[in-house]
Amino acid sequence: MTVTTEAPAPTHHRWRAAGRLVRTRLLIALPVTAAVSMATFWLASISPFNPLVAYLGTRYERTSVAERDALAGELGLNDSWIAIWGRWARDVVLHWDWGQSRSLARPVSEVLADRLPYTLMLAGTGLVLAVVLSLVLGVRAARYPGGPTDRIATGLGYALQGIPPFVVALVVIGVFALGLGMPVGGASDGGADPTWGSIARHIVLPASVLALSQLPWLLLNVRSSVLAALTEDHVTAARGRGLKDRTVVWRHALPGALLPFVTVIGARLPELVTGALLVETVFSWPGLASATVEAAVSGDFPLLAAVTVLTCLAVLIGSMLADALYLFVDPRVDDA
Amino acid sequence: MPEPTLTTAARPRGPVSTDARVWRTVPRWPAGRWQRPRRAAGRRTVVVSVAVLVTVALYAAVVPLFTDVDPRVVDLDGYLRPPSGEHLLGTDLLGRDLFVRCAQALRVSLLLAALAAVVSTVVGVVVGTVAAAVGGRVDKVVMRLVDATNALPHLLLGVVIASLWRGQWWAIVVSIGLTHWTQVARIVRSEILSVRTREHVAVSIVSGASRVQVWSTHLLPAVVPQALIAVVLLLPHAVWHESALSFLGVGLPPNDPSLGTLLEDARSAILAGGWWLLVFPAGLLTATCLAIAGIGGRLRDAAMPKRAVEAQVTG
Repeated sequence: MTVTTEAPAPTHHRWRAAGRLVRTRLLIALPVTAAVSMATFWLASISPFNPLVAYLGTRYERTSVAERDALAGELGLNDSWIAIWGRWARDVVLHWDWGQSRSLARPVSEVLADRLPYTLMLAGTGLVLAVVLSLVLGVRAARYPGGPTDRIATGLGYALQGIPPFVVALVVIGVFALGLGMPVGGASDGGADPTWGSIARHIVLPASVLALSQLPWLLLNVRSSVLAALTEDHVTAARGRGLKDRTVVWRHALPGALLPFVTVIGARLPELVTGALLVETVFSWPGLASATVEAAVSGDFPLLAAVTVLTCLAVLIGSMLADALYLFVDPRVDDA
Repeated sequence: MPEPTLTTAARPRGPVSTDARVWRTVPRWPAGRWQRPRRAAGRRTVVVSVAVLVTVALYAAVVPLFTDVDPRVVDLDGYLRPPSGEHLLGTDLLGRDLFVRCAQALRVSLLLAALAAVVSTVVGVVVGTVAAAVGGRVDKVVMRLVDATNALPHLLLGVVIASLWRGQWWAIVVSIGLTHWTQVARIVRSEILSVRTREHVAVSIVSGASRVQVWSTHLLPAVVPQALIAVVLLLPHAVWHESALSFLGVGLPPNDPSLGTLLEDARSAILAGGWWLLVFPAGLLTATCLAIAGIGGRLRDAAMPKRAVEAQVTG
């Protein structure tokens, strides 16, 4: 990344630079995703995991050895793992056919379409909440270093780094659900169809916990970059012109300080997935992450493979978009 | 590319704001006090951390030896008892003694985490050394691999591996080890590259030392402290990871509890009012993680003050 102090490049240059970045990153992201999916199939082939048991379920015990062999041949389970992977990849790419989820007894693509909106809703709300909180607390902590906000915010940041999100989630359930009667499980009460209202009430706790799990890194980053920005020359110049403190911080220091924040959020995406896995499981949120855990626990390989591959792709593309966005928000960067 | 850093090393010198309210918070004397970068781990933190860790380790090591309570025995009459003289930390939903069960869980968690941290570090040192030693295309490919591994959601990969080899302790170790070597590899590689350009290495090459001699006397020993610190820094993360896998139900079988298994039990127990089943395992887990992290942070700051930012093992 080159930082120049000359006049910013015209907009169409940025578009071209962003296009270049997207191209090179896709050239990395697609092979990485393919490699992850191959590794998953390879691991499944060398593990004690028996796809026939998963396919037949309780009927497995009642089928004879000859029938098992016949069925395995029919399903192509005796082929090498790379052949199985090849068929899977062909179906996915050509027909968007991810196979059949055994644990939910539905096509995987349907499960994906059903559950993805919930995960996006939860992750989106959590991320927005974390960003807002870290901006408010981080800026305040940086403006008054050593002050009460600073001490509480950094203390909170360091402490939260050491506490797993599922512990936070359990404590939150203990306090808010048992003490204050807030809803803890699912997206609606008692198996009713979720409505916008029930979702809004049920999302509060999981989204807050997800936000708390991402807060430390964002908060400490905002704090240190705003601290650094407040010593820059143009900020001193703004102060010298007699501008109000608020104007100096929000209009002069903050824009420059927050540029790297975009990439930090991009880099946190894998951790957001981790947080979602844990938070969705604790709160029985009907999203993709809890489906993944159910798939893993019940040996539902097609669903597990689909979610793993799609998540990896989503994370890689997400961080790519964050980096591409950086080209537009920071006029000094002319390539990446 | 700026990475999320956990240190406050970027704290600037001198007044940050001319706002009057700030000046009031700045002690005039001793002048340097608030300007010094405040460390994540000061001396007091280290003392407290060591004390906590020793207590926790003793508890995990000793309690299972000197107890006649079998933690696997189910006592359905005495289920969900709050802490009392008979059961120091109460009993769980199946009437098992939590004091003994916690100690065993802690043992399992710490052992697995230590193994996982060592495995990650060994993989990282080997990969980093090879990258630095061979250089060129291999180095490039390895660093791309590091980037790719960093960009993937680790817990998800852990869930995949652990669920394929259900209930195998080594699957948990491998799944953590395979996803956490990247930071170590990066540090080891850059350490070797930087030591290689120093004068004493140049002198030894000029005076006729063979490649093997240079590596064994100058380059590899330089990596050792980094590796030891990496183990300590990875440890809390490994504890965290292992308990998360067990919590999600793809970890160890329920008969060999780890802290994650206990917390999974706590999930249903707190709704039945069994707060002690959450508070004690969660407290132990948090205290252990924070204590190890406190010691690790101090070690890192002491060993490589300039690298404090880079060496953060995150994610």
